[in-house]
Amino acid sequence: MARRDFSASRIPGFATVAVLVFAALYLPIMMLVIYSFNSGDSIAIWEGFSFKWYPVAWNNEQVREVTFRSLTIATVASVIATTVATMAALGTTRRRGTKGQTFIYVMINQPLMVPEIVTAVALLIFFASIKVATGYQGLGYLITAHAAFCIPFAYLPIRARLEGMDRTLEIAAADLYATPWQAFRHVTLPLLMPGIAAGLMLAFVTSLDDVVITLFVKSAGQDTLPTYMLAQIRRSVSAEVNAISTLLLLLTVILLTAFFLLTRKRD
Amino acid sequence: MSAREDGQARRDARNTWLLSAPALFILTFAAAGPLLIMLVYSFLTPGDYGNVVWKFSTDAWVGTVLSKDIFDGTYSLADAHLTIFWRSVKLSLITTFFTFIVGFPTAWIIATRSPRMRTALLFLITIPFWTNLLIRTFAINQIIRNEGLLNTFLLYLGVIDEPLLIIYSDFAVFLGMTYVYLPLMVLPLFAAIDRFDMRLIEAAYDLYASRWQVLRRVILPIVRPGIVAGSILVFIPALGAYVTPRILGGGRNMMIGNFIELQFGQGRNWPLGAALSVLLLVIVAVALVFYVRITSRESSNG
Repeated sequence: MARRDFSASRIPGFATVAVLVFAALYLPIMMLVIYSFNSGDSIAIWEGFSFKWYPVAWNNEQVREVTFRSLTIATVASVIATTVATMAALGTTRRRGTKGQTFIYVMINQPLMVPEIVTAVALLIFFASIKVATGYQGLGYLITAHAAFCIPFAYLPIRARLEGMDRTLEIAAADLYATPWQAFRHVTLPLLMPGIAAGLMLAFVTSLDDVVITLFVKSAGQDTLPTYMLAQIRRSVSAEVNAISTLLLLLTVILLTAFFLLTRKRD
Repeated sequence: MSAREDGQARRDARNTWLLSAPALFILTFAAAGPLLIMLVYSFLTPGDYGNVVWKFSTDAWVGTVLSKDIFDGTYSLADAHLTIFWRSVKLSLITTFFTFIVGFPTAWIIATRSPRMRTALLFLITIPFWTNLLIRTFAINQIIRNEGLLNTFLLYLGVIDEPLLIIYSDFAVFLGMTYVYLPLMVLPLFAAIDRFDMRLIEAAYDLYASRWQVLRRVILPIVRPGIVAGSILVFIPALGAYVTPRILGGGRNMMIGNFIELQFGQGRNWPLGAALSVLLLVIVAVALVFYVRITSRESSNG
């Protein structure tokens, strides 16, 4: 009750460090955003406000191509990941501990534990032999790889939602002679929807942000927005990259805000 | 157990596996399974133009720490490799330590705010966490590069006459990793502190404990699982970092991740790359086992 006013919780210096941490977290990102509106080409010398880098980025054929590819992969991969994660969450929550449950947890969370570079190398090796064997070079590899590492991100919010859900409505539906499928379709699924939407968003953002696995799995000419940006940063830096970054940042903040609202516990 | 309950249990088990099957299939095909193939590849012979020749060899594993003299065939320690390992471990440890030093006060402050303020501050920590790692590293790059903001500003003020050469150094990589992995430390620390009963501090003060004693003897032992979790969450990605050392460390200050990539590019030594990846995985597994043992001991004591 009185914890906020209690002097012991104010340890000297802590507030200063916290303020500095928040400042340090946001200052670089804010500078990046501010300089996307610089009318000059420099990322350090301010030459006046201008929107010109946004049209420059938009009119860049390559930027449009890689953005479209990124969005395609993220959409397909996150839908696949969320679908299978929803099924897995339904299978692993709210029932008696089954033998092998730990195995399923470990498998689902495995992409969170293995360093990305290791997964990337393993996929490069595996897909290289499939590419040779089948001759298929398409986006399928990237989509499959993305779907796999997005599964835990989709699974966790869905599972959290399921565990917090009231069972009485489903039992009531069963009492009223709803078949298991009807009960699922008309009771469980609508209640679960916020969790599914949240999972889909996290999966989408995760896929959209990926650099390392994409870099190793992609075939020639399959750059995504992040791998394209990585190459640009290495070459020369122009405020064009700042403009693209700002737009991506905006997209992330919008999706995150939606996620926060969806998963917020009602008081 | 009655026959009916038994049947229910069996149906539950079958449904668990049936419903999890698609997820498990994708994960086996595109995450876990390839790891085993990678292990096999680490015991093969490199092909002339990349890929492998299917001939058993332990050269890759020997090559992770030793280098063979091409003239007389003697082995010596591969200094270049060891330097890279040492840099990776050193930078990851320093990063973990430093994120804790600044992350702990931050998490503490968040946990002791009013519920409304807490939600807002947590959201502020979460945004950078979900922001593209590449963008965040790039933001740091823009600040510390030679013609970047920091140098331009200091030159303008006349504090320095020549740009500070921060970028493309170990320090730059440390700075970048601390920046990008900080939220991973703050979030578990917050979760641990949030569960902490503040009355314990009151009790300690009543018993004439000093501030330092309260911190050391009361707070730190109780939030230890959070410290361990945060350290693991920072250390593992830091050790396998690829993007940050590439953008801030340049070509000379490689970490294991960049060295692994090199084996699949110019290095044309896939087995060595595979062996290094397996090695990295083993280090991570050891860290995770360490984590599980500490946290399970913690919960059995509590």
